[in-house]
Amino acid sequence: MSSKLYEKTGILSTFILRQDRFKIPIWLISIIGFTLLVAFSFTSLYSSDQERMAMAETMVNPAMVAMVGIGYGINNYTFGAMMAHQMLLLSAVVVGMMSILIVARHTRTEEEDGQIELIRSLPTGRLSTLTATSLVMVGVHIVLGLLTATGLIFMNIESVDVEGSLLYGAVLTATGIFFTSVTALFAQVSESGRGVAGLSMSVLGAAYLIRAIGDVSNETLAWFSPLGWVTRTEVYVTDIWWPIFLMAAVAVVIFIAAFYLSSIRDLQSGFLPSRVGKRNASAFLQSPFGLALRLQRTGIISWAAGMLILGLSYGSVLGDLDSFFESNDMVTGLLRPVDGFSLTEQFITLLMAVISMICTIPPLMAVFKLKGEENKNRVEHLLSRAVSRWRLIGSYLLIALVNSFVMLSLAAFGMGMAGLAVMEDPIDLATFYQAGIVYLPAMWVMIGLAVFLVGVKPSLSSIAWLYLGYSFITVYLGGLFQFPEWVTNLSPFAHIPQLPVDEMQYTNVFILTIVAALFMAAGLLFYRKRDIKG
Amino acid sequence: MAILKTKNLTKKYGDFKALDGVDLEVNEGEIYGFIGPNGAGKSTTIRVLLGILKATEGEAHIFGKDAWEEAVEIHKRIAYVPGDVNLWPNLTGGEVIDLFMKLRGAKQQTLREELIRKFDLDPSKKCRTYSKGNRQKVALIAAFASDADLYILDEPTSGLDPLMERVFQDCVLEAKKNGKSVLLSSHILSEVEKLCDQIGIIRQGKIIETGSLKELRHLTRTTLYMETRVPMKGLSEVKGVNDVVGKAGGVSFQVDSEHMDEVIQYASSFGVVKIESAPPTLEDLFMRHYEGTEASTHLGGGQ
Ligand SMILES: Nc1ncnc2c1ncn2[C@@H]1O[C@H](COP(=O)(O)OP(=O)(O)O)[C@@H](O)[C@H]1O
Ligand SMILES: [Mg+2]
Repeated sequence: MSSKLYEKTGILSTFILRQDRFKIPIWLISIIGFTLLVAFSFTSLYSSDQERMAMAETMVNPAMVAMVGIGYGINNYTFGAMMAHQMLLLSAVVVGMMSILIVARHTRTEEEDGQIELIRSLPTGRLSTLTATSLVMVGVHIVLGLLTATGLIFMNIESVDVEGSLLYGAVLTATGIFFTSVTALFAQVSESGRGVAGLSMSVLGAAYLIRAIGDVSNETLAWFSPLGWVTRTEVYVTDIWWPIFLMAAVAVVIFIAAFYLSSIRDLQSGFLPSRVGKRNASAFLQSPFGLALRLQRTGIISWAAGMLILGLSYGSVLGDLDSFFESNDMVTGLLRPVDGFSLTEQFITLLMAVISMICTIPPLMAVFKLKGEENKNRVEHLLSRAVSRWRLIGSYLLIALVNSFVMLSLAAFGMGMAGLAVMEDPIDLATFYQAGIVYLPAMWVMIGLAVFLVGVKPSLSSIAWLYLGYSFITVYLGGLFQFPEWVTNLSPFAHIPQLPVDEMQYTNVFILTIVAALFMAAGLLFYRKRDIKG
Repeated sequence: MAILKTKNLTKKYGDFKALDGVDLEVNEGEIYGFIGPNGAGKSTTIRVLLGILKATEGEAHIFGKDAWEEAVEIHKRIAYVPGDVNLWPNLTGGEVIDLFMKLRGAKQQTLREELIRKFDLDPSKKCRTYSKGNRQKVALIAAFASDADLYILDEPTSGLDPLMERVFQDCVLEAKKNGKSVLLSSHILSEVEKLCDQIGIIRQGKIIETGSLKELRHLTRTTLYMETRVPMKGLSEVKGVNDVVGKAGGVSFQVDSEHMDEVIQYASSFGVVKIESAPPTLEDLFMRHYEGTEASTHLGGGQ
């Protein structure tokens, strides 16, 4: 009898692979390709021991530790140690995201849309779809780990040895399986695919933040985050394997919970209670702007809370920065304060650039929500009534603009508040706020690009995400990889003056604003002219 | 022989009773029409029968097997088509049909091709480009191309055009000819009238009427129009006569089926010149119960 619960899992697994025959390889190639590319660039950029040591010095500060995790083997900063320190955690986060997106799609989203009902009406077991998804993802992550390891081994880089490479791959495998299990669990709990992805991403985000705070200030705290275990494998330094098994064991427990919940619940139901809705629409809801805002309300609130927390956590690092420099003569000697600005202020500028790029995600989502609505044929309900296209896309644009302001303000404010609380020699709040808010024009350029894409060809919207990713890599990691200046300058974020260390540059800010406005205007114009799907 | 049977089937969502003691019986070789207004509990019943939802109380058996415990065994011999079919956007209709057939283990290639032609589907298009009707065709083709003993169809024609509806009806009748059974939940009463041997009406989670169309017609009124040589007097006092309306030269009224004989005898004494009768439709039956729902909602509206 119980074997019947898994009937036809094999066919369903191959079916999932068939559906994702492009998606999965693209993820794998991107992750592995980027890893190998970075490894290669390290060998060419930092060929001598001195260069690597110099790099190590710049990496050993709380801001960097918060971002990429604790580094091991800093005193002998080999290529291996560099890879493990600078690449492993971020890769693990990306692998986690991949798991979440794919698993949420094949579990709850398909259940919500009714595909799983069709599958279940056939002679398939009650747990077959969940099992097939889990098996496929475990397989994909094992392949990912093995290919990464093989690739690293075959690059034949000094200090990037076989065991370390295998461990490096295994960390990615284990992290992927872990977040597969987390998503599988939330797929039983939440009634919508978006809810599953949102909750799982929050766990990923929380794991990252807890680890960041823990890594900087409290070792014990870091152990509460599975992402804290990632760096503690000390890959290429001492190669500690047991955190992998710990992660796998926890994943097994989570899987068991997910399978149990799945076996006792009705199809299309969840464990989070759904509330009784309102009978009538409020006056506010009865406008395109109100509707657009309402559709994104939960998302906006969650992101706002997230950005505040992000700011607070980065800010809380700043206090330790000072004490850190006091205790480390070498670093103090290396990074002497520039022109009357403290080291802390210099780090604030780097953090703000990163924060502003993260804050760009929710406004971009706000614009692309219109694309999603169009794909689901819901836009025609509005356009067939007395709503002009200008008003429609204008509503989404307005939300995105306000959104950018709110997100950035919250993050900058949060960072300032936490910074003031922990710093011995505080900078005033206004300085923090200015350092953050000055990035608005760059965010507007991104929003403008998004509006332009929605107006011209919504299927190209990934260009905006790629561009944001590009900005992140070039601006944040630009110094690390020593990209030529023009590469970095292609990003709008590179043209923002780094307050308070730089002078305010009104021309740059003005030009960016004009570019943004032009994009937006063009987007609105094209949107009026193109066909609406559906 | 009953191949599908439920006893006192009850399904609760929290405090809300979506099904409240449903008894249903479908015999072998029979087309059973399952009708009821929106939200009556048709889909819920069907999902319990498919072992997708677990009943709060009561029993559901198909082929003598428990619908929840032995779902996989049962599903080997049934085919299901829901009213709202969603498919995988990046796969073609043909691929989805093949998947469904493979999961059942059936290999009826010729039947598949024939049905694709009959339903006029382009199986090489991606599902994301299909309209609702086309997605429904995919599910229908997969269902009828499989050698099932019982077809469970939940408002399967809601997206089809009249031409395709005909094709669908042919398929159902063909299945019946081959000795298969069908449970057809539907809104389209003409379809049910045309196809079904037995009918069950569900309202607010309860079966309120079952029987053959013939039996149920007893419960309804026939509309008559008569012209007589001498104007009919006192017609409205005759037992079983309702809604008398005088029309140019004649009179139109409704007769309870069981009083038909008396009414005709009474009328003949006035010298019948012309008589037209409209048989009771399922629609009348349905509407009468539907009005009942409305009345009770009005009564209950004060709380
Ligand atoms: N998951 C659910 N939670 C709460 N109520 C539900 C759920 N699914 C269905 N219902 C309710 O059960 C009743 C019966 O629904 P359904 O069987 O879909 O009706 P039908 O198919 O006859 O239109 C409806 O009132 C519906 O709102
Ligand atoms: Mg229904």
